[in-house]
Amino acid sequence: MTLHLTTLAAIIGMALATYATRVAGLFLMRHVNVKGRTKAAFDALPPAILMAVIAPTILATGIAETIAAGVTAASAFLRLPMIVTVLIGMASVVLLRMII
Amino acid sequence: MTNTAREFRQGVIDILPVIAAASVIGLLWGTLAAGKGLSPLETGLMSFGVFAGAAQFVAIELWQDPAPWFFLTVTVFIVNIRHVLMGASLSRHMGNIPSGWRAPLLYMMADENWAFSERRALTQPLTMAYYLGLGLPMIVTWTTTSVIGALAGAWLQDPAAYGFDFAFSALFIGILAGFWKGPKTGAVLAASAVVAAVAKLTIPGAWYIVLGGLAGVLVAVLLHAEKEEEEAEAMS
Repeated sequence: MTLHLTTLAAIIGMALATYATRVAGLFLMRHVNVKGRTKAAFDALPPAILMAVIAPTILATGIAETIAAGVTAASAFLRLPMIVTVLIGMASVVLLRMII
Repeated sequence: MTNTAREFRQGVIDILPVIAAASVIGLLWGTLAAGKGLSPLETGLMSFGVFAGAAQFVAIELWQDPAPWFFLTVTVFIVNIRHVLMGASLSRHMGNIPSGWRAPLLYMMADENWAFSERRALTQPLTMAYYLGLGLPMIVTWTTTSVIGALAGAWLQDPAAYGFDFAFSALFIGILAGFWKGPKTGAVLAASAVVAAVAKLTIPGAWYIVLGGLAGVLVAVLLHAEKEEEEAEAMS
């Protein structure tokens, strides 16, 4: 079990930087009154961020990923359980990569 | 069963699919970390302390010996800057959580448990028990699978062969469906997706997440302004 000093410094720096991003929003929101336009912005934030995280994978990786994303979305809209939706997504991407 | 226990249990149940996927990703990350020369102890410390998958993958990609700690810290900050927006949004739903607990609890806010918390808050108040039910299993799983990966070495050769590399995208699509409120949501998602994909291809680093998110929010604000104007006209 080794622990290098520079590695430890990197881990602590990364951990503090990450925590700072996580807690910053809490303090920002103490001075913001959320209604009207601001509320519309915040309501849109969760789906917009989630979509931004996966967009490169589903739009800019390959045809198989894009079609698999469509199949997954269809399963999600059919209100299938989450785990089933995920498994359908994984299975479809494997199959599509074989075909395409 | 008490209400608290029921809330915690529901959190654990909701996060199970994430746990399944995160185990594999954690193993994979641990093997990569070991490949870069990190010890199992260092691997576990990072997964527990940083607890941010995307940032950790980027950091390991950039890892050198000795560790460029300042560069890594700044890079991880940029990858995780989306958390500022996520935390701002989540803090609106933390009214039922004792105020002294809110800041410490945000340590465990990751994409997936944040998304489930936001989704929960659409229909009922967010409780600390539910939030912990989502978060604690993730921390335990992520840390232990990282260490196992580091110990086991490179046995998980190709996760793409089993579609595991697509698991998180599929999960996010499943979560996204819960946010659907009609064509307006479609416009927000389209703007976010296009801007994020283009940004990913053109701008180095992880800025695409912030840019895509902001594009979606901008569309929502514009659509809202339009609605307000229509309402104002109807009034006059």
